[in-house]
Amino acid sequence: MLQESRQLLNGNEAVALAALHAGVCLGTGYPGTPSTEILENFSLLGGKAQWAPNEKVAYEVGLGVAFGGGRMLVTMKHVGVNVAADPLFTSAYTGVRGGFVFISADDPGMASSQNEQDNRRYARAAGVLMLEPADAQEAYEYTMRAYEISEAWRLPVMIRMTTRVCHSKSVVRPSGVAIKPPEPPHFVRDFASLVMVPAFARPAHRRLREKLARAEEWNEQSGLNRKIMKSEELGIITSGVSFHHVCEAAPEASLLKLGMTYPLPMQTIKKFIESVKRCVVIEEGDPYLVEAIRYEGGTVDGKPDMYRFGELNVSRVRRILNGDTSPEPVPPRGKPPQLCQGCPHRMTFAVMKKYDCIVSGDIGCYTLSVLPPFETMDSCVCMGASVTVGLGLRHALPPEEAKRVVSVIGDSTFVHSGLTGIAEMVYNPPPTGHVVVILDNGTTAMTGMQEHPGTGRTLDHQPTNKLSFERVLEAMGVPNVTVTDSPPAFEDALKAALERNELSVIIMRRTCRLAEPKIQLYEKAAAKCEQQNNSQNE
Amino acid sequence: MDMSNRKITNIVIAGLGGQGVIRAANILAEAAFLAGYDVKQSEIHGMSQRGGSVSSDVRFGTQVHSPMVPIGEADYLMVLHPTQVDNNLYMLREGGVLISTRMILEEGKDLESLDADNTPLNSRNFNVGLLGVLARHIQLPEDAWISAIRKHLPEKVHEQNIQAFSYGKTLTPSCT
Repeated sequence: MLQESRQLLNGNEAVALAALHAGVCLGTGYPGTPSTEILENFSLLGGKAQWAPNEKVAYEVGLGVAFGGGRMLVTMKHVGVNVAADPLFTSAYTGVRGGFVFISADDPGMASSQNEQDNRRYARAAGVLMLEPADAQEAYEYTMRAYEISEAWRLPVMIRMTTRVCHSKSVVRPSGVAIKPPEPPHFVRDFASLVMVPAFARPAHRRLREKLARAEEWNEQSGLNRKIMKSEELGIITSGVSFHHVCEAAPEASLLKLGMTYPLPMQTIKKFIESVKRCVVIEEGDPYLVEAIRYEGGTVDGKPDMYRFGELNVSRVRRILNGDTSPEPVPPRGKPPQLCQGCPHRMTFAVMKKYDCIVSGDIGCYTLSVLPPFETMDSCVCMGASVTVGLGLRHALPPEEAKRVVSVIGDSTFVHSGLTGIAEMVYNPPPTGHVVVILDNGTTAMTGMQEHPGTGRTLDHQPTNKLSFERVLEAMGVPNVTVTDSPPAFEDALKAALERNELSVIIMRRTCRLAEPKIQLYEKAAAKCEQQNNSQNE
Repeated sequence: MDMSNRKITNIVIAGLGGQGVIRAANILAEAAFLAGYDVKQSEIHGMSQRGGSVSSDVRFGTQVHSPMVPIGEADYLMVLHPTQVDNNLYMLREGGVLISTRMILEEGKDLESLDADNTPLNSRNFNVGLLGVLARHIQLPEDAWISAIRKHLPEKVHEQNIQAFSYGKTLTPSCT
């Protein structure tokens, strides 16, 4: 119908296209490399997409849509699933009525992340179904199928992607996958399924395990797992992008390419192992498949531990198959990224360096201040941890050290997970007080300049309600709130804040240099629109 | 170079964040796609936006599997910044072709000097100019290139980029 026959898309674009074709009524998520472009593309294609303050919020909004019978897409990077883990686990109990698909975009090799956790473990731990596309074509097909599967099993489906699936372009033929159109949303009261008090949750857990057992059986014939029989000597079990590395590294091998990797089709796997002399599992990251197969008594070779770190590629797969554990050649180092010329963070960190602050940092461009010439960031763990780790340091350190502790957080990160830290600060103030600096550059710069509740614009840059940081901070009871936009004023404010044993928040508000021209365009468009509305009303 | 017995053509484009590495790779991948090939293009986003090293792999042929060019198997290495040649050479295969800014810059001059000379190249379109150099080797139809340039650049710079591309085709590449 609406499909072009052949397109060149990356995995993220393919998911967006499938969401459109599947009749998804809302897409939401929090920006995070490598997942960000999914919702942006869904919006460009005409879908309704919005940024949430964080992944937990996005997941819960999504759950509401699916409880109401609508089809929902929720996107996040791998560490975002940690934030959304609370509703994730219980949503496996409640189940869903409308198709609920969430994307976990993992980052093996950490191109742009603080860890390389393997989120396949989440699907197993929570008990939700999991699909792993290997390229953009499968990202399209699996997303379409995921809605069908989610509605058939009434369970959330996690599509686990990785950087090389999200950000690799390949040829996509979007035709040939037809699923039934979504039902119109409608609420059906169902206490026993949707109200997870212990009396309802206990049978819900049993229902979930029983469903998963049936889903495992169904997966044996789901059509999502492909067997390619060639050599009887060597068989390889693989999933995701590793499949393509394997095809190139061992073209003669028989393959079992798993597309639905939770619950695993154990009978299919066992039969495959029996059909070859040597069976090797090639998987990126954790030994997820190897452990599951060995637990069920399957005899397979895994990869030496050295290949658990970083991405796989054709060369590494060849080495694994050859049992080569000699040190790998180290590619020459490139130029590390740095804060842009003219970036407002530069001078802020220069001031903090001057005052020898102990900086409890956070996730964003400003994390780059750990590199020379600034070297002014002393910790960075996860979204929002700047405020709270800073408070812990203030509680533990001797006063003369504690007084130098400053928490530094960006505007988008502040909305994501900083607000609860401020509540903690006001509720349990350290003896020396505390200083929080919000680097408000008016955008989610790190991930490519996305909007957030503090910018007052929606995902597609249209005006909406704006969260005022200073008013929120005052309402929460922070006694000293300073807003500044110039380097000297920032220095004065920081100096004063460091000297008093009180709670202070300094909002350093200066627009990101890269975002500035774009923001000017959005503001101009909004002003023009307002003018037109006013003249119509006159 | 004889490509008849090689199933896949491997190209690595490298440079610094903000130089148009990804854009050049998008144009190349699109041109190969329009020519009817199976294509894969891969890159790393994220931190690379901040002026650090960036590279993108483009592979095309009858059937391409891995989205990443295997180490030491690039047929062509196209480098957009003089400082980024040495750290990317390991990707080039023996006998592979290096296409770099050395071909368009006089000794000791920087990329901004392109803005003042009399060629159609400038500091913003030389990525497309270098694609012109590459185009002499990889035999994709001219109209595929032109359509790809049009698709991936704003309309107001179409003509000057097409000129930069055509100019690039007149330059002779250096070999390693």
